[in-house]
Amino acid sequence: MKFWLALLLALQCALSAFAGEAPPLAEDPVVEKRLIGISEELRCLVCQNESLAGSRAELALDLRREIRTLIKADKTDAEIMDFMVSRYGDYVRYRPPFNPLTWLLWLGPFVLLIIALVVLVRMARNSQAPGAAPPVLDAAQRAKARSLLDDPEQPS
Amino acid sequence: MKKALIPLGLFLVLVVFLAIGLTRDPRVVPSPLINKDAPQFSGAILAQPEKQFSGKDMLGQVWLLNVWASWCAACRQEHPLLMDLAKSKVVPLIGLDYKDVPQDGLKWLARHGDPYQLAVIDRDGRIGIDFGVYGVPETFVIDKAGKIRFKQIGPVTEEALRDHILPLVRELQK
Repeated sequence: MKFWLALLLALQCALSAFAGEAPPLAEDPVVEKRLIGISEELRCLVCQNESLAGSRAELALDLRREIRTLIKADKTDAEIMDFMVSRYGDYVRYRPPFNPLTWLLWLGPFVLLIIALVVLVRMARNSQAPGAAPPVLDAAQRAKARSLLDDPEQPS
Repeated sequence: MKKALIPLGLFLVLVVFLAIGLTRDPRVVPSPLINKDAPQFSGAILAQPEKQFSGKDMLGQVWLLNVWASWCAACRQEHPLLMDLAKSKVVPLIGLDYKDVPQDGLKWLARHGDPYQLAVIDRDGRIGIDFGVYGVPETFVIDKAGKIRFKQIGPVTEEALRDHILPLVRELQK
């Protein structure tokens, strides 16, 4: 009985020791939270439709490790962004900055909207212009219209 | 009549934009490091791990940094070109063994041939990150002042070598 108890105890110790050896997934929840916040703003360059937070690509793992190191080194989010942009360019950011290169990207839709509005207003004005009265049917056309409406079977 | 041509005109503009879009490779991301100082780095030399190589050692000459790995399939594709380049002795070629087990890298070079003046070990990819490497192979042209002047993303092709890399190297060597 004593032997079994000892064995059980030893086993438990061994097990807990084993559990202790497993690498902690998220050692510091604050760091991990910031890491996720930052990496969701960044594009994974290997699989470009994934964020750095969601990607399982080798490079994404490495870059997350780098960002984790930077967070632990007390870098601000802006500094970490700069770290990434200086290496991979504005393209890594899901929210591109507003600069001469991206003016067309940011302002283009509004320019198109303004053009569309101008065209729309012009068309609306033209259709209201005097002289463009609604068409009036004469007696013969009226009769033809009535007959068409009354008899849907009749081929036009 | 003229009004009827407007949609056609718009359509043609759209076609031109889409046609230009089709000729571009979305995987090629322009590097912000072009015309900037190459990141400082130093690492153990693959063939002699007790020795260190630093980017500064190459100051004063034009050189190529080729990021490669034994696990990289596309590296096989550019390898014959690099061998020819090494034989021509036009420009020193330094390898960066990116995220690779050094033994595997050495074996790969022994098997396929070693085009490099020397290769640097980048076991954890740290140097690669500083160079903005995201797809191996990549090749950088670095000038005498240590500035990156050109980056080839993906395997070096005959056209890239003939039309971009070699003319640029010759120009920089003047």
